[in-house]
Amino acid sequence: MTGSTEWPLWEVFVRSRRGLSHTHAGSLHAPDAEMALRNARDLYTRRNEGVSIWVVPSAEITASSPDEKDSFFEPSADKPYRHPTFYDIPEGVKHL
Amino acid sequence: MATAHQPFTTAPHKPAAAAVDGAVDTTVLESAFDAAVAADERIEPRDWMPDAYRATLVRQIAQHAHSEIIGMQPEANWITRAPSLRRKAILMAKVQDEAGHGLYLYSAAETLGASRDDLLDKLHSGRQKYSSIFNYPTLTWADVGAIGWLVDGAAITNQVPLCRCSYGPYARAMVRVCKEESFHQRQGYELLLALSRGTEAQHAMAQDAVDRWWWPSLMMFGPPDAESSHSEQSMTWKIKRHSNDELRQRFVDICVPQAESLGLTLPDPDLKWNEERGQHDFGPIDWSEFWSVLKGNGPCNDQRITQRRRAHEEGAWVREAAAAYAAKQSERKEATA
Repeated sequence: MTGSTEWPLWEVFVRSRRGLSHTHAGSLHAPDAEMALRNARDLYTRRNEGVSIWVVPSAEITASSPDEKDSFFEPSADKPYRHPTFYDIPEGVKHL
Repeated sequence: MATAHQPFTTAPHKPAAAAVDGAVDTTVLESAFDAAVAADERIEPRDWMPDAYRATLVRQIAQHAHSEIIGMQPEANWITRAPSLRRKAILMAKVQDEAGHGLYLYSAAETLGASRDDLLDKLHSGRQKYSSIFNYPTLTWADVGAIGWLVDGAAITNQVPLCRCSYGPYARAMVRVCKEESFHQRQGYELLLALSRGTEAQHAMAQDAVDRWWWPSLMMFGPPDAESSHSEQSMTWKIKRHSNDELRQRFVDICVPQAESLGLTLPDPDLKWNEERGQHDFGPIDWSEFWSVLKGNGPCNDQRITQRRRAHEEGAWVREAAAAYAAKQSERKEATA
């Protein structure tokens, strides 16, 4: 890697319209946050795909590890009683 | 600094869960990977994957990215000479899209651990290829139309199945690209239609462009299945969903009626409907031309790579200045904090 001039990587999140949350659109390189925003506008919203953009330095994101996938998410797998479909309700009972 | 440039999405190389007595049990990981692919699940950046899968994807995505940015050149050649402001605005938007497509794809390659600088370096030094189609010249304005209709049409035929590619970031980039390519193809078709219905000279110009771009477009699908070196493994990995010949046939069948509506002919005397197969038969492709262009002997190979290198070198001061400015700003911020 030539390193010295390669700009850092940023993750781009776009809100497609008011009322929706920002979703991950992709990533790009930029020297600073302001340029990252401008580049993100040119790269990810050329066709009115967004009304708001977040950029986050990729290095600042902490992600769960795929190796822990099972152990990390297991605690929620054996709790079906957290879902409404777990419960038997007699037929004909309304608004429940 | 090196770690700061690593995308958070890059795969960890030593998964702790599979370590047995300090050694990584790859067979367990490999069968989990195979099962995920077989179940049509997507592989995501931080998942374990075979080294060869990773290498194949980096090679393919890099070549795809390079093709997008080299592909800006033949069309940009006509921006200053577009016949109307409407056509000029369209062409600029299209060329800008190609740059965007290149960037989506470079980002996808980076999720596999490739570095942007390294990929560009490999393009500039000829160690990675781009699509041979861009080594042909754009001689007339009609070529802009023929590229949109045929070259982008062939690209779409190739790329639509890639939207279901097993590697998540590549598939997602393709979804975005395909949405945008549709405008590229339609503007090309409309441009050719205007010429075809124009004066005799304009019609002849459109026909000449189609005559020159037809065969190279068919070559874009790659060598025949029997001679395609990477195909079989890529199909197993679900990077590729259809064979080269299958996609080429699909493209021919799509183009024939479109050419009729344009009032133009396709330059192949053997092209005819085969009732039995329910597909068109078409004449033999000159693969010696394909291999020759691929090896560097096309009309524009040198021009394309020279121009790319020059653009990169002449832009170096901008990249350096922006990095220096960013460094100065962050120092100031720290000083006042």
